[in-house]
Amino acid sequence: MSVLAKKLIGIGVGVVIVAVLIGLYVATWATNLPQPVAAMSTRRVAGVSGSNLTLQTVAAIGPKYSPSHPDWVSYLVLDHGKWVHSTIFQVPANSLVHVTVYQYDGDSGLRNPFLSQVQGTIGGTETIDGKVMRGINPEEASHTFAVPQLGVFVPFPGVSEEAKNQCEFAPCSTADAHHTITFAFRTGKKGRYRWQCFVPCAAGYIFGNGGPMQTLGYMDGFVDVV
Amino acid sequence: MASEPRPEADPRRGETNHALRFGLIWIVSSLIATPLVVLLLGPIMPPGNGSEQASGHVTDNTVLIGMATPVLLLVVTYLIYAIVNFRQAKGAVLEGPAIHGDARVQTTWIVITSTLVLALAAYGTVRLLEDGAGAGAGPNPVSVPSGPKLPVQVIAQEWMFTYRYPTYGGVETPHLVLPDNQMIELHVTSLDVIHSFWAYQLGVKADANPNTDNIVFVRPTKLENFSVRCAELCGIWHGYMSDTGRVVTPAAFKVWIKEQQRQFAPVQKYLPKYSTKYIPEPLRRGE
Repeated sequence: MSVLAKKLIGIGVGVVIVAVLIGLYVATWATNLPQPVAAMSTRRVAGVSGSNLTLQTVAAIGPKYSPSHPDWVSYLVLDHGKWVHSTIFQVPANSLVHVTVYQYDGDSGLRNPFLSQVQGTIGGTETIDGKVMRGINPEEASHTFAVPQLGVFVPFPGVSEEAKNQCEFAPCSTADAHHTITFAFRTGKKGRYRWQCFVPCAAGYIFGNGGPMQTLGYMDGFVDVV
Repeated sequence: MASEPRPEADPRRGETNHALRFGLIWIVSSLIATPLVVLLLGPIMPPGNGSEQASGHVTDNTVLIGMATPVLLLVVTYLIYAIVNFRQAKGAVLEGPAIHGDARVQTTWIVITSTLVLALAAYGTVRLLEDGAGAGAGPNPVSVPSGPKLPVQVIAQEWMFTYRYPTYGGVETPHLVLPDNQMIELHVTSLDVIHSFWAYQLGVKADANPNTDNIVFVRPTKLENFSVRCAELCGIWHGYMSDTGRVVTPAAFKVWIKEQQRQFAPVQKYLPKYSTKYIPEPLRRGE
């Protein structure tokens, strides 16, 4: 075998190895999703099955859950009594999902005030600290839980800056300043529906929409209707 | 006996006139294929007949494919003709005859291609000047269709579209419903990054830029659902930034818009005064 042929083979093998490594890296990145967390089922009411989904929103996820981005704003989900850093939620099809959100973050304000009205929930309302509301002041919005494909839009008010016991980072406890928000929505057919926060809440990013808003597992994810 | 010198035989005599033969093949095949392509493929050209503008696109695509067919046939037929007729004999290794420039061929080629391109440019310009052809025409369109128009604002943001109807109190809704057979004046804008509003069956596509009013005219002509998509890569949920719009009768539209006004009355007080563009705020959230 000539020297040239050996060189060509060497280059070819090198290119293939690099291509495979790049492919593996991209595939790993693309498939690196948070573990889905199933909503806890509840007893059937009036023939309709239901489930409970308990979430919390925090100003900073903290080093325990995200060593690489401890200062990113995030959602967490309660799974069998433990707060888990995931934004992929499994809920039953054709059922009622009761959502409870413990909201620990301050306000940022909605870019589009239209999304400050509650939509797509049972009764078109949410309950904020025991008070039934059809919407909030858009300037006081901290986050939203929105599933556009299901027509669900629920805004959460921010915790006052003056409030005592501000939670620094996750996991926060109900001893920290917070709002408790509850609402329910009906699921339809099986499928994967994306959900997201519509408040530009990513601190330090242009338009507030970078970082945790553009990375699955923080301020957006999927509702898997199964 | 001295014989008279025989006249020299014309070396081209008896040879096939390839140019003539190929030209005839091309003309005949074009005369057959072009009408067939126009008649058979024309009616199924995208994007359909959901609006005057979409029908215009179908016509444009039919004109393009009609003009492209003879050109395609010229290339393909010549390729096949050359393979069949100028194939080198098996086993022979011969150089082909030297090819020199032919002023007639070059001139003809330049004239024909220039005419085709200029004709298409003129055609496209005329079509754009008629009513914008469903494309974003910027804040000051050169051509504005006459007659009454229903203004509808398309507001893009990461990652959904909402719609405002300024002549109905500026009501905002997450649904796009349009009355049939009425000229719609879409004002496309964005609240954050660059998006693109693409209503496929209506033949509408317009960039949605922040702080910019991009105007599009469209007259829906078919009672149907149409798909709305973002056509500009805009972030993690770009692929989910889609929607379904509806074209309904004018009577159904009036009922629907009243229902939207009723449903979204609570949030009306928080909406900014209707404007053709909005400055995205906050630019950044505090560090």
